[in-house]
Amino acid sequence: MGQEFPLVEAVLSVRGLTLRFAGVVAVDGLSFTLQAGELLGIIGPNGAGKTSVLNCINGFYHPQSGRITFMGHDITHMPPHRRASLGIARTFQNIALYPHMTVLANILSGRLIHMRRPLLQCGLYWGLAEREVLSHRKRVEEIIDFLEIEAYRDHRVAELPYGIQKKVELGRALAMEPRLLLLDEPMAGMTVEEKLDMARYILELREVRGLPMILIEHDMGVVMDLCDRLIAMDYGRKIAEGPPQEIQSHPDVIRAYLGEEHGLAEEVASGR
Amino acid sequence: MSAQVLIQEPAPAIAASLAALDTFPKRLVHNAERFGERVAFREKEFGIWQEITWREYLEHVQACAGGLLALGMRRGEVIVLIGDNRPELYYVAMGAQAIGGISCGMYQDTLAEQLAELIDFADARFVFCEDQEQVDKILAQEERLPKVERIIVEDWRGMWRYRHPKLLSFRDLEAMGRDLLRREPDRFLSEVAKGRGDDVAIFCLTSGTTSLPKLAMLSHRNLLAQGENFLAVEPHISPQDEFVSFLPFAWIGEQMISYTLHQIVGFTVNFPEEPETVQRDFREIGPHFMFAPARIYEGIHSAVTVRMLDAGWIRRRIYEAAMRIAGRVVDLEAAGQPVPWWLRLLWKVAYWTFYRPLLDKVGLVRMRVAWNGGASLGPDYFRFFRGLGLNLKQIYGQTEIAGISCVHRDGQVRFWTMGSPIANTEIRVTEEGEIISRSPSVFLGYYKNPEATARALRDGWLYSGDTGALDPSGDVILFDRTDDMLTLADGSRVPPRVVEDMLKFTPYIAQAMVLGEGRPYLAAILNIDFHNVGKWAEDRGIPYTSYMDLSQRPEVLDLLERLVRETNARLQPGWRVRAFVSLYKEFHPDDDELTRTRKLRRRHILNRYRDLVEAIYAGAERFQATVTVRYEDGREATLHPVMEIRRLRDP
Repeated sequence: MGQEFPLVEAVLSVRGLTLRFAGVVAVDGLSFTLQAGELLGIIGPNGAGKTSVLNCINGFYHPQSGRITFMGHDITHMPPHRRASLGIARTFQNIALYPHMTVLANILSGRLIHMRRPLLQCGLYWGLAEREVLSHRKRVEEIIDFLEIEAYRDHRVAELPYGIQKKVELGRALAMEPRLLLLDEPMAGMTVEEKLDMARYILELREVRGLPMILIEHDMGVVMDLCDRLIAMDYGRKIAEGPPQEIQSHPDVIRAYLGEEHGLAEEVASGR
Repeated sequence: MSAQVLIQEPAPAIAASLAALDTFPKRLVHNAERFGERVAFREKEFGIWQEITWREYLEHVQACAGGLLALGMRRGEVIVLIGDNRPELYYVAMGAQAIGGISCGMYQDTLAEQLAELIDFADARFVFCEDQEQVDKILAQEERLPKVERIIVEDWRGMWRYRHPKLLSFRDLEAMGRDLLRREPDRFLSEVAKGRGDDVAIFCLTSGTTSLPKLAMLSHRNLLAQGENFLAVEPHISPQDEFVSFLPFAWIGEQMISYTLHQIVGFTVNFPEEPETVQRDFREIGPHFMFAPARIYEGIHSAVTVRMLDAGWIRRRIYEAAMRIAGRVVDLEAAGQPVPWWLRLLWKVAYWTFYRPLLDKVGLVRMRVAWNGGASLGPDYFRFFRGLGLNLKQIYGQTEIAGISCVHRDGQVRFWTMGSPIANTEIRVTEEGEIISRSPSVFLGYYKNPEATARALRDGWLYSGDTGALDPSGDVILFDRTDDMLTLADGSRVPPRVVEDMLKFTPYIAQAMVLGEGRPYLAAILNIDFHNVGKWAEDRGIPYTSYMDLSQRPEVLDLLERLVRETNARLQPGWRVRAFVSLYKEFHPDDDELTRTRKLRRRHILNRYRDLVEAIYAGAERFQATVTVRYEDGREATLHPVMEIRRLRDP
């Protein structure tokens, strides 16, 4: 998609991103762009720096050099919460929900950045505050409907199976009404059926809402099927970039995986 | 728009026809005037119960009727509807009937091939699907469905890439209908006025336990007469009542209550949010009456007993004591004997402290009456629920007589009978012992199946294929399907259902099929209840991996043996089960082993497990089956589970 409209300004652009931890170079001079409505996949062996890239984009880590621009704003040095209000949302590799709160409350917490009324007024639940709360609840219910988790609405997150928790986490990210969604292994540890569901949601977000997304995922079948474009990373560097079919047969990508483990290389080659 | 249609003075001929109230659409027009802003439907959406008034119901029906006219639907044509219970299903069914069409509900879980076969057989040009799941089945079978012209879809979710020319969204259907009615404002009422009571209203799939399903044709008159005649013996149902619609739209029971009685009485029908939320939504509404097949009551009973088995020692003792009191009272009442004052007092105390909170937990606390229909419910379940103070009653009837011909009367609930005939209904037993019935609700025949029709309909009597008797009070006693009665080698006859119901009365046995036709003794194929036996095994530290594994654990077989022994002790010697196996899989409708309403399809089961049955009666110790399994990624594998055949001698 991106290639077809080279003149359209990118949603996100990363230039020369470098992140070091006391001598270890996690990300090494990485540059890429993400176009409107695009689903970009980042693949690479464990420790290649994939999650670090996402952490730089949403402000958990501060890169030593490089520049990140999002929708025309330079966000390289912006604190995470400001980036969130600009519309960058993410899910985490290890679920980071509030385990003792209900599904509803967890997703509602994604609406916090959109709350406008002062605290006292909300506490009194009166007038404009009441109307605002109701509108947030409505958005949350639409998300619950979208993710088909009505049956779990009032369950505490800690009691729920892993696959459902993953859905709730996606729900919370969506509640922020993001303009960019970062998905860090959204299907890890899921059953085949749950993966199919999750793939359906991701596709619908792209097709119907045109939401740009960056996806990190180890299931090669999923990545190859879903993504418009892939970036392959190894030792913090970008070793290849292009449409899935090209990446699949790229000699450097195969080598990077071969260096680590045989099975994966076959997986990449066969697209499974 | 609808207001216009209603306010307009219809021509006298039309007004006279509408006043006859002999079709469902005429009833709806009448109800929209009579009830107006009262709530007809409530649907849970976005976590909130959304209300739909009678006026809105009519507006949607008008739009759907107009839309179907615009699509070219003609009088006497069929529309097939598939989906979970939602108001839209009712709008489309009623809309089709308003223009003289016939609605035909199909079970949501029907496999694609079967579904295609049925739709093609019904000659439907139009199909209404609730969502992508159903649409996919139809599109996958497209070449087998040359007659289908339009597929109307309620929920377009996940279908953003679907560009198939036959697909049409429900919203577009309604928009087309509103357009048409704007151009021809008199059209709706004049179409409704053309309807006659003897027009076919629905095709209803009969749960043929023996052969391919048949489509029973029922007229508006059949169904409305059924509603009136049932109401005559259950007059307490009022417009203020609440009902929860959660059983398949295709089932005659649902057609009877949430379609027919709804129009006659005007209570509120509530639709749960999703199939997974039924229990919770049911409890939130706390309905005043329900009509459900046996498996629903069996499910509630097993949920309660399992929790009690799980409870601490003291609570278990209290439960047992409370159930003993309940059982004593019910037994005395059923036998028609007086209940001593002190026992009645004990029961009252137990009701307020124990039964009532229990009923509240499962949403039954407001329930005035619960009817069991479809397959009959074992007497043990009746004792259980009635003991708790739930007015559980049996309904007997066939799809071919619009669902209901007999019901228990209050104060005369004898568990072993099916109750007595409802108003304007006659029941007789032929010399061969077959139950036959006659009423204004006896159906018009099976669609395109004159042979089956000739077998079922003779001189206005409906031949049920059930073997039974009339007891002196006039109550109908059902033994079993005539075809299912077992004749043992010594010539004695055994109704297998009676034995199976007793076997299933534990939370650990989900299904039981009793064998013995032409054999010297009875044997049983049992299905363990995976959830409950799994829990039982976990509590005892018995490891297992799958249903197949758990079903063959020696400890589980010991448990089953004990349960079969207990059942045998309550049966006369000729009816005792002498051998059983625990099947490595559950019976399933997708394998043709059960009907969609979860009744055993005995012939299919006997055929499928022929070798197993032979092994049981040949006196084998164990039997090795061959099973082909298809994994989700398409690979196939062959397994050889070994089943132990347990034999029991007299205690």
